Amino acid sequence: MIDLIVIPLLQIVFVLTGVLIVVMYLVLLERKIQAWVQVRFGPMRVGPHGILQPVADVLKLFVKEDITPVKADKWIYTAAPIIVLVPALIAFAVIPFGSSVSLFGKKISLAIADVNVGLLYIVAVASLGVYGIILGGWSSNSKYPLLASLRASAQLVSYEVAVTLTFVSVILSAGTLSMVGIVNAQYNSGVWFLFVQPVAFVIYMIGGLAETNRSPFDLPEAESELVGGFHTEYSGMRFALFFLAEYTNMIIVSSVATTLFFGGWLPPFPNLKALAFLYYVPSWIWFTLKTFLILYLFLWIRATLPRYRYDQLMRVGWKVLIPLALANIVVTGVVKVLLGR
Amino acid sequence: MITQTHYLVLSTVLFFIGVVGVMTRRNIIIILLSIELMLNAVNINLIAFSYHLKSEIGQVFALFVICVAAAEAAVGLGIILAFYRNKETVNIDEMNLMRW
Amino acid sequence: MGEQLAFYALSALILGCAVIVITAPSAVYAILFLVLDFLFVAGLYVVLHAQFVAVIQVLVYAGGIVILYLFVVMLVNLKRPPEAQRDRRRRSRLGVALSAVVLVEFAAIALYGYVAPEAGPAGGGLSFSNVERVGWLLYTDYLVPFELASMLLLVAMIGAIVLARREL
Repeated sequence: MIDLIVIPLLQIVFVLTGVLIVVMYLVLLERKIQAWVQVRFGPMRVGPHGILQPVADVLKLFVKEDITPVKADKWIYTAAPIIVLVPALIAFAVIPFGSSVSLFGKKISLAIADVNVGLLYIVAVASLGVYGIILGGWSSNSKYPLLASLRASAQLVSYEVAVTLTFVSVILSAGTLSMVGIVNAQYNSGVWFLFVQPVAFVIYMIGGLAETNRSPFDLPEAESELVGGFHTEYSGMRFALFFLAEYTNMIIVSSVATTLFFGGWLPPFPNLKALAFLYYVPSWIWFTLKTFLILYLFLWIRATLPRYRYDQLMRVGWKVLIPLALANIVVTGVVKVLLGR
Repeated sequence: MITQTHYLVLSTVLFFIGVVGVMTRRNIIIILLSIELMLNAVNINLIAFSYHLKSEIGQVFALFVICVAAAEAAVGLGIILAFYRNKETVNIDEMNLMRW
Repeated sequence: MGEQLAFYALSALILGCAVIVITAPSAVYAILFLVLDFLFVAGLYVVLHAQFVAVIQVLVYAGGIVILYLFVVMLVNLKRPPEAQRDRRRRSRLGVALSAVVLVEFAAIALYGYVAPEAGPAGGGLSFSNVERVGWLLYTDYLVPFELASMLLLVAMIGAIVLARREL
């Protein structure tokens, strides 16, 4: 009874709360880092050095007036932000935050549910998030959001193919679809998959940027382009949900990159006896550190690179990334067969 | 105790709902959606048999059915788009170009 | 007990969503309830220990095919043509009656043509996970259908592009 219901419930509450707090502070971190790159300070007024800025943002969004456009389809207009947010949150169910902790005498694993198709589950759930974007743009009953949402969803669907193909090459190297199994495979082989599959990592990072509508692929939602994209007509709490969903997606992409390419909760070179002292650091700290490094990479790229035009974006996705990912799979397969492993 | 018959009944009723959808709706897109319902009913049948006969062949077959459904949806929707450009309608009663 | 509850709950939801799909007035609502239907069917597959097919159902069916339908509905419905007009030539009751005949025929086949099943060949010698067994079968016994399916998808891709492009 306790094992079946109470512990997973506690895990879920913990993970969800943690994710929401991290997302709030990720917004602040983004503004701060962009500011420092641009030789200015960023939010400084609310709290010391702007630490309480997310609280102010949340309060503002809560008390904003809730406008629904006149001829908008009311049910779908309300449901669209939820349809974007829920898949992003439930993808956290299979991410292994660490190996396991012992609390109250029980061994609790730090992955809420380690299903044997974990990686595929994340891809499937990510593909459900596209619905919210299409419906959000359509239900606003207005030209610009509709066009922007069709563009955004076409972009998401295209880069999904490239990202899934990179997952295939990682699965070939690891031999299993379960996330914990992939981390264990990296432990057994002694190196992170970053060194085994560098091309896959690069393609995954580019695809991840496009999947989360981040710069330089954020044309569908940039304010200076299509009048703000598919969330033009949204305000207040519903807009906050779209925003939340985008940052949660960013954290998911970073966590998956950490698990697949950076060894998850393992320290560098996990099999070396000489580096065994690194295991004194708890596993979830390694995981968090690596995830934040990749998130920082996302923010850094946003502050640095200019935006891609839409046709350039689609050309890169279909004509460059997908052939590269396919070639990577072929090379991985050939090498595996030749080495007999 | 859930037996094979339960799953057979479920997939038959789902298939029946799909057939009603094909025969009574006039919007061609909803007709295609009802065809997807029928394919799902077949898939449920295959997976249920795979479970009860303890063989994975049913699941392999279901994967092929999903693949064929994807191909059919793509081509069917292409045809609908091409037709819509010419005649501006999705009402299947007005898709009677061969009738004079 | 858990399996019974799961089966009855999922079946009720699946059939309920299917009825809404075929009776929804607007195509977008029909598509949304179809997605919900597919998700519940995927849940049913998980109950039947077919995890790989369940995830593929969500990924390909709910997350790919139905998005295609949604795109076409948005491109085609931009003026929202009315479907709800009562058309004289429409014979819904005849349609339901014909479907009931199909149902009776299927029920007869299912209940009277029932042969005691014998277990088919399992997926190779591996018994680790569902994915491995399905993969084993797909790449050894059923390799030719697998390659043919990929060719079918290639042909469908080319066909869809050719059919839907504007005449240049």
